[in-house]
Amino acid sequence: MLLPRRYRGAHAAAGPLLYVRPTPNAALGEWVTIRVPGQPDRRGQVIDAGADVSVVQVLEDTLGLAPATADVTLTGEAATAVVGRELLGRVLTGVGQPADGLPPPVGEAVRPIWAAPLNAVRRERPRDFIETGVSAIDGMNTLVRGQKLPVFSGPGLPGLELAAQIVEGARAPRGEAFAVVFVGIGITARETDMFLERFERSGARERSVLYLNETRDPTIERLLAPRVALAQAEFLAFEAGMHVLVVIADVTHYCEALREIATAREEIPGRRGYPGYLYTDLAGIFERAGIVRDRSGSLTQIPIVTMPDDDITHPIPDLTGYITEGQLVLSRDLHRRGVYPPIDVLPSLSRLMGAGIGADRTRAGHREWADQLYATYARGREARLMATIVGVASLPEADRRALDFAERFERELVGQGETRRDIDETFAMGWRLLDALPREDLTRIPEAVWAARHQETS
Amino acid sequence: MTVARIERLSGALAEARPLREVALYELVRVGARGLLGEVIRVDGDRAVIQVYEDTMGLCVGEAVSPTGAPLEVMLGPGLLGSVVDGVGRPLQRLADATGDFIRPGTAVDTLDPDRKWAFTPLVASGQRVSAGDVLGTVEERPGFVHRILVPPGTDGAVERIRRGEFRVTEAMARLAGGRDLFLSHRWSVRNPRPIARRLSSRRPFLTGQRVCDFLFPAAEGGAVAVPGGFGTGKTVIEQSLARHAAADVVVYVGCGERGNEMAEVLEEFPRLTDPRSGRSLMDRTVLVVNTSNMPVVAREASVYVGIAIAEYYRDQGYRVALMADSLSRWAEALREIAARLQEMPGEEGYPTYLGNRLGKFYERAGLVRALGEPSREGAVTLISAISPPGGDFSEPVTQASLRVAGALWALDPALAHQRQFPAVDWEVSYSLEAGALTPWFAEHVGPDWAACRSRTLELLQRERELREIAGLVGPEALQDGDRLLLEAARIVRETVLAQSAYDPNDANSPPDKTYRLARLADALRSTALAALDAGATFESLNLAAAGAALAAVRRAAATDLDARTAEAEAAVAALAVPPGQAGQVTP
Repeated sequence: MLLPRRYRGAHAAAGPLLYVRPTPNAALGEWVTIRVPGQPDRRGQVIDAGADVSVVQVLEDTLGLAPATADVTLTGEAATAVVGRELLGRVLTGVGQPADGLPPPVGEAVRPIWAAPLNAVRRERPRDFIETGVSAIDGMNTLVRGQKLPVFSGPGLPGLELAAQIVEGARAPRGEAFAVVFVGIGITARETDMFLERFERSGARERSVLYLNETRDPTIERLLAPRVALAQAEFLAFEAGMHVLVVIADVTHYCEALREIATAREEIPGRRGYPGYLYTDLAGIFERAGIVRDRSGSLTQIPIVTMPDDDITHPIPDLTGYITEGQLVLSRDLHRRGVYPPIDVLPSLSRLMGAGIGADRTRAGHREWADQLYATYARGREARLMATIVGVASLPEADRRALDFAERFERELVGQGETRRDIDETFAMGWRLLDALPREDLTRIPEAVWAARHQETS
Repeated sequence: MTVARIERLSGALAEARPLREVALYELVRVGARGLLGEVIRVDGDRAVIQVYEDTMGLCVGEAVSPTGAPLEVMLGPGLLGSVVDGVGRPLQRLADATGDFIRPGTAVDTLDPDRKWAFTPLVASGQRVSAGDVLGTVEERPGFVHRILVPPGTDGAVERIRRGEFRVTEAMARLAGGRDLFLSHRWSVRNPRPIARRLSSRRPFLTGQRVCDFLFPAAEGGAVAVPGGFGTGKTVIEQSLARHAAADVVVYVGCGERGNEMAEVLEEFPRLTDPRSGRSLMDRTVLVVNTSNMPVVAREASVYVGIAIAEYYRDQGYRVALMADSLSRWAEALREIAARLQEMPGEEGYPTYLGNRLGKFYERAGLVRALGEPSREGAVTLISAISPPGGDFSEPVTQASLRVAGALWALDPALAHQRQFPAVDWEVSYSLEAGALTPWFAEHVGPDWAACRSRTLELLQRERELREIAGLVGPEALQDGDRLLLEAARIVRETVLAQSAYDPNDANSPPDKTYRLARLADALRSTALAALDAGATFESLNLAAAGAALAAVRRAAATDLDARTAEAEAAVAALAVPPGQAGQVTP
């Protein structure tokens, strides 16, 4: 370990960056403290180390920072976070300092926030169904423990509300409650209040730890917040053996902070000005979800991505979708028509659904049931489009049935409101909708599934 | 000699000096922990090094030592069934050494140094051997013969050669002049392995996926590009191919992809059996894993490690399939490194040499006559997934791939949204090999395979036109003949082209089954059209029953296939009954 090295005065400052020289033994990623008389201490991190000059990324606002008078210390320590079970119930800042007026947590351990990658041969395959209580998820896009399943929201769409609902309603197979790690990145005070209030009301508060970096908080802190939160989540999951749900809101703000730093460093920009390593950087966060062999806990992530201008091809949702195991896409159209949660099941997907459903997990015939609902709904949506051109009357009979089905599917199955539905209720609801159709329309339901279902209801 | 020291660290790059003697692409050990790195630029006595492992915590002033060799992988028995990282280190032994999480700076060899293999010589003392000759064999897995080859660039008379049990690093033969030969040798992964000559391929690479084999067949030794936005089922296709494709050896490179998917492969493959050999699927598989959170530079190297292993088994005379998932992540790694080097960017920020590098990589696929005696033919077929940003195929990686690939299986989000899997878009996809492969299909599967294929493609094309018209006037306004074509095309899509990776009876479709279904759908269309010509109306035709019978063939178990086929043939033939009776078949 390096000893602290102290510099009287930095060489230069630009935006969130501070240049220190000479630095013959600076370490990449080491923690830096910056003191300026009459101002609160600032912290930073070495992001480019050179024998001649090193670049420090300053977490706090650099307004009023005069490099010549700054007292800069390279601490020789890596960025760490205090972690432990006692943090449950606490509200902390994006870097883990108290934001609830209580003393700083002592914790059980101190962990580096930059985690080493989990060895792929030590990963356990996720397959335990999480019942969220939301039909469009449980039935159509099933979430499993250890998965990372983002919500693709849009400005003004209730992405955060849905995340809160999932957190409150989530039940594991044997009914275990989840510990919740919520990390707010650049969210507004209103959103924070909403979340806190709901947690208070539902009693989720004492099994949660909240890391909040609000809009008014330092931008660069946003780059650390998810990593600090994940260090805590990993401790709870892999050392304390708990099942942990991590909600990250909002990934878009994180990416903007990353872009800000990249621009300040005069890096060659990639798509829409985001750095070329955005994929790698996001993967470093999302890939921390999972289950480790021979350890009892799990880490499940629900990141929230606000799609700028509802554009799913924007680099942030695009790269996120390539890393995560599916996505839940919210629809402005459904939202306008008052459907809550406005989940559009057509572009939504849970890649790990196959392992989490079926006879011993949810129930036999789940796959066929979901495929049929999906197929008929897709046909109904197509018919709806067609109807706007040729009119409902000139649609074939089967298309008209699918059209009616699509309406009911959106209103009744997807649009469940705030109520929690268990998986049996979700199935019953789906079958009720399918019952309105003649058997020959149900091409995805094989005879065996059909017979079993009718045996059950009769 | 002065010890070289780190002068600058930025992301995955390190600059060190003095390093006057190092070569480009020479491997170096960086810092006190000895992280693996590769020299990518030399400027006077200053070298720029890309580091394969996480550089966090590295310190300016730490030592750098050259190794004198480029990035190599150790080739020999024990590769099959193994899982290695992007630079060829076996993940299981990394886990044994460092636990659940990967710590940088761990050195482990690709092959197990302690395992002993029973070697049977095939050449005798005194015999002259040259590069590529088979020295002898080792049974690598039950029933799998691993041929031990004279390494490229080596020849001479055999002074002695012994039968017996050897570790991979123990000499079992010696050439005159004192050169020892081992069960394994090292190969620099960025160099293609030498061959006698390339052969032109007349045999298909059978994937078990109907839409690929029937409509857009790939040749053995060919290269296929599989671009698709997220959620279009790229990984499902690659994994289905790894399971069902007709290959002796499968090398699967998970390049910048998800850890949980790798966990799935690792859990399932050992339990699944390879239908052709009856052995565990893992026995024919080598996994190269660089998940997206592993260091980016190792991602760039991982595809080369994969193809070097593939070429090695090709040289032994095997048919090897290389799945690269995904080349876009490889290209992005290249871009990331280029940006750190402040290179002038080309299209979309990718370096200008992207097309060149990609082309050279694709060209390592092929059907070849291997070097040496006895004469052997081997093939590397390359299936590369591409993840175009926003699903837009005009981007550089897709375009550069299309210039060199022999077939395109384009995955379409609209099809995926309709749950039409595999979501191979029949309007965009193509195969340059289809013509050359026609004789093989005619001889081994059915004489009218090609004719059936072109009628099917024509039907799908016609469907698209009709759907456009129907979109304007409504489907009810179409003539009976056109409505029939729409329905027939739907049946082709749902029973021939769609295939469920989760249904054990449907996940793999041998050519015979593919042909049966394709012919049944073709007969359905022609029989029904003939019935219309004979005076039947569209409503009077019981297409639903025929369609259901075809769907039953699709889902039939192998033992049931003949019975279901006979039923479907009857259902199709029933379409030809006179219209007066047809109206009464179903209520």
